[in-house]
Amino acid sequence: MYAFNYNRAETARKAVNLAGKLEDAKFLAGGQTLLPTMKQRLASPGGLIDLSAAADLKGIEMKGRNLVIGAMTRHVDVATSELVKEKIPALADLAGMIGDPAVRNRGTIGGSVANDDPAADYPAACLALNATIITNKRKIPADEFFTGLFETALEDGELIVKISFPLPNKAAYEKFRNPASRYAIVGVFVAKKGKDVRVAVTGAGANGVFRASNFEAALTAKFHVKALEGISAKAEGLNSDIHADAAYRAHLIGVMARRAVAKANAK
Amino acid sequence: MPKVSMTVNGKAVSGNIDSRTLLVQFLRETLRLTGTHVGCDTSQCGCCVVHVNGTAIKSCTTLALSHEGANVTTIEGLAHDGKLHPMQEAFRENHGLQCGFCTPGMIMTAVDIVNRKGNKLDEQTIRHELEGNICRCTGYHNIVKAVAAGAEAMAK
Amino acid sequence: MSATGIGASVRRKEDLRFITGRGQYTDDVNRAGQSYAVFVRSPHAHAVVLKIDATTARAMPGVLAVLTGEDIAADKIGGLICGWMIHSKDGSAMKAGGHPALAQGKVRYVGDHVAVVIGETFAQARDAAEKVQVDYEVLTAVVDMNAAVKPGAPVIHDVAENNTVYNWHLGDKAATDAAFAKAKHVTKLDIVNNRLVPNAMETRAAVGDYEPGTESFTLYTTSQNPHVARLVISAFIGVAPEHKLRVIAPDVGGGFGSKIFIYAEEVVCVWAAKKVGRPVKWTADRTEAFLCDAHGRDHITHAELALDENGRTTGLRVHTKANLGAYLSTFSSSVPTYLYAPLLSGQYNIPAIYAEVDGIYTNTAPVDAYRGAGRPEATFVVERLIEVAARETHTDPVKFRQKNFITSFPHQTPVIMAYDAGNYDASLQKALAMADYKNIGKRKAASESAGKLRGIGISAYIEACGIAPSAAVGSLGAGVGLWESAEVRVNPIGTVEILTGSHSHGQGHETTFAQLVSDRLGIPIDNVSIVHGDTDKVQMGMGTYGSRSGAVGMSAIVKALDKVEAKAKKVAGFCMEASDKDIEFKDGKFTVKGTDKSMDFGSVALQAYIAHKFSGQDLEPGLKESAFWDPTNFTFPAGVHICEVEIDPETGVTHIDRWTAVDDFGMVINPMIVEGQVHGGIAQGIGQALCEAAVYDSKGQLITASFMDYCMPRADDLPSYNVGMTQTPCPSNPLGIKGCGEAGAIAAPPALINAITDALGTENVPMPATPQTVWRLAQKKVMKHAAQ
Repeated sequence: MYAFNYNRAETARKAVNLAGKLEDAKFLAGGQTLLPTMKQRLASPGGLIDLSAAADLKGIEMKGRNLVIGAMTRHVDVATSELVKEKIPALADLAGMIGDPAVRNRGTIGGSVANDDPAADYPAACLALNATIITNKRKIPADEFFTGLFETALEDGELIVKISFPLPNKAAYEKFRNPASRYAIVGVFVAKKGKDVRVAVTGAGANGVFRASNFEAALTAKFHVKALEGISAKAEGLNSDIHADAAYRAHLIGVMARRAVAKANAK
Repeated sequence: MPKVSMTVNGKAVSGNIDSRTLLVQFLRETLRLTGTHVGCDTSQCGCCVVHVNGTAIKSCTTLALSHEGANVTTIEGLAHDGKLHPMQEAFRENHGLQCGFCTPGMIMTAVDIVNRKGNKLDEQTIRHELEGNICRCTGYHNIVKAVAAGAEAMAK
Repeated sequence: MSATGIGASVRRKEDLRFITGRGQYTDDVNRAGQSYAVFVRSPHAHAVVLKIDATTARAMPGVLAVLTGEDIAADKIGGLICGWMIHSKDGSAMKAGGHPALAQGKVRYVGDHVAVVIGETFAQARDAAEKVQVDYEVLTAVVDMNAAVKPGAPVIHDVAENNTVYNWHLGDKAATDAAFAKAKHVTKLDIVNNRLVPNAMETRAAVGDYEPGTESFTLYTTSQNPHVARLVISAFIGVAPEHKLRVIAPDVGGGFGSKIFIYAEEVVCVWAAKKVGRPVKWTADRTEAFLCDAHGRDHITHAELALDENGRTTGLRVHTKANLGAYLSTFSSSVPTYLYAPLLSGQYNIPAIYAEVDGIYTNTAPVDAYRGAGRPEATFVVERLIEVAARETHTDPVKFRQKNFITSFPHQTPVIMAYDAGNYDASLQKALAMADYKNIGKRKAASESAGKLRGIGISAYIEACGIAPSAAVGSLGAGVGLWESAEVRVNPIGTVEILTGSHSHGQGHETTFAQLVSDRLGIPIDNVSIVHGDTDKVQMGMGTYGSRSGAVGMSAIVKALDKVEAKAKKVAGFCMEASDKDIEFKDGKFTVKGTDKSMDFGSVALQAYIAHKFSGQDLEPGLKESAFWDPTNFTFPAGVHICEVEIDPETGVTHIDRWTAVDDFGMVINPMIVEGQVHGGIAQGIGQALCEAAVYDSKGQLITASFMDYCMPRADDLPSYNVGMTQTPCPSNPLGIKGCGEAGAIAAPPALINAITDALGTENVPMPATPQTVWRLAQKKVMKHAAQ
């Protein structure tokens, strides 16, 4: 790691104030991506603003008809929350699939969403559940939030405070892991809310998380595995690497989508 | 250099450290608690797992300064009054280690699994829960047996 | 059998320190005034070093020194060596290019060591290393072996034309060609044995220290053979004479071969310690381990098996290209030659065998021994050929093997080895029963009805280990003898210290060796300590690799114990006024034959040191003996592994449903430890077959340089193993031990690939059989099925 100034913020407001004052500072949430990147000297922020003591960024609650999760809520807390399991079991399920137990004990939903790793799990949930990302400044619909590889609509110094998920009627997440890193080679989150069906794909897209419109159209007609017969993803625009080329990823999108729909209907 | 204070294995400790000091470096280099190991740079091998405030984390992927006031338990703090922790006994009894390098992280993870999942653990659960710990020697067979036996022994 | 003697599953003595975090690995060693080394490494696979400018780096805070190839050359520190001479078929010596510890004008792989920065802290050294300016003239890299040998390819070492180190051969070409001319059926296979990274969980590390008052050096290092390291660093590299260099390999966190070799970093640390007047510590990060540890395997092979009209194997010919990387590592030349081709007869009667091996330089990390070293590659060739030959001739693979098994011993193969003992069918029968082979049809049908593909694969492996008779390896080109040493020190109160040249880095010697001594001397196991890994304590030794510690290391202990017993009998004779010829030793008691006069072991030990009952003229006081054991033959562990897989054709995921291993290791001292060795070996073999691969891009960049991209098998990738044993004692050592360390890694890959090919109905399954690869092949099978 390169040297940096360490700062601790006890509240979201203090964090934002510090970000305004410090030059070239980054927020440190769970650190499960940022710190390995810094260790490899691929990132060199001049300062870190540690959010781990900011109690007002933590917590899970129902607000109206939305499940609202604080940005510093750790994966383990989402995975094991009775409230999440009751309201959006697919989200608890997804949180329990991130990394490994020790990583889930540190990693946070806000950190994952702000980082927007193209193979991360939460972006798929946000997109498919039509979540709203609430920052210290504004509310950003998920459709407008994820703008590319490791890129989001967040401005400098803007802090995710919480994420609000409308409750779906049915939802499920299926993930095919990279055998080495265990990140998603393909992760598909399907969600049905009223007539609206959304299918979000992570891990596969060369430009990050995306919605699979042909899958959505087919499932809107009928939310059933059979509706996906003959529906496939195109290989163009998908990642290729030593573990999975674009054609294989395209195939896996179909498989994971079918399995996710079956799982969603089984609940 | 900033100062950090925490409780490690029941003892109050503090040190003035470079802000980039990882928790594992603080343990190994400042406190000379060398039982916690580093086996990779990408938080995958789990050799560095310790407990912070009762939960298992990878001490190579967290800053020491983030744990101001925390209660940290390392492998050196697991045995009490000269009596091994049941999970330590189980690893020895079941030959759950060979070179010993991944062992501290494995044992700390195993104790955490029992804390979360209880004392009756089936093979599939144990294998799944060990996703974040890599062993190159044992082929995991005896680690799985050790964790199951240790879990049962912890109930007693 | 006593509870702690030979044959008992004694819980390990060494475990207490490991389970309590009190192990002492090299990175746990901290010397007063210690500084830290960070290496400046080549980012290019092939380049000329034009200029190194360390002005900025030297001026940075905490920097003690920046040392380069010029400095090491000025101090006349020699390059790294390869200790096994291989001659090409035309009689010429192998073409070994220089291997400087810090680059001399050229770099040849990504990670090659260019300079070292030594700082007060690791962070300061790392910061400064980034500021060392190196100007490179980048040359075209050659990564692919086929491209490397083409005329006009970039030349990596001037001495090696066409980047060829040797064109070696073994066997009778004319006899083999004749066998093929008469063959009724020939099975042909093209095989890639994938490149692997050993990845012991403890990365390599070194601490060099220099004591000016005595002009002596100490090197703490992650070594499987500290004495060999001292010999090479003294005699060949010239850092210090042997009596002024102490090498300590404390607890070592796994090796698997990769810590046999003498690497640049440890040489630089010990040399630099004197240079900067401070202890110097270096610990590899995982990416450095990926880039710079010697890799394993990496063969391309064309193999053919000739059968007669009765389905008997009559000839085998093999042409292998072996990637040796950018430099010859310590034993690399021997791995694809004498550790490979002599095993090509497998467990079978094959009257004519001919093997050609081309050793090739590429701009990749050096390749050397990795668990099994040559023998997994040979077994993969043989067991794939046998399986495919059986399938092609519509013969049950079990019957095909049985028909061709060697059944009488000793058996001289056409490729050097004289197998001394074995019962291959016994292992096969036992494995078939344990694997419930007879009901595989039912299980396949059940899988099929669930939309899955099930397959079963057999691997009947043999290996040569207990490495090795010095005269034999000497005649084959080894620069050293491969005996082992032992010293037995009996203390006056009857406790015993065993000093061994073997080195434990996970194998449990502190327990197994103590069991032998406890059993033999009739003393409690807690009264025995095993001392190893320190050249100041143990005079000389050859270390641990090649499954040799039991067969060779323990045999040396037996020989020294024989001498201790003989001496102790003399002492007892003086004490009990009898001739030593009349003294019997049993269960820890010396008894005068036919009387009730006896002394226990502790009393005799005490009398040996008090020496009141005899004079120095009669008998020397003391009880301490040493021995060197040089084996008379290799040992030949063999066995059968059976793997059963179920494949999800929709994703290509291969699930290992069951694994059966039946091994004949000869006599076994501690079954628990031996089974543990089998488990670990299988896991590494499964890793090779299913998920592990070191991949370079065309420019020589290692794509798989972390656990993010290089797939290490995890607990949920692997099954529990069903392990059994058969036993034919080894006739060439006193304990009848064959060795068990490498068997799993040798047996596993062909068992798994034979199972997958069985499930998929195609022989063309490369390693690693990743989900993507298997999915593509499964699609073909599913489509073929649908078309029918």
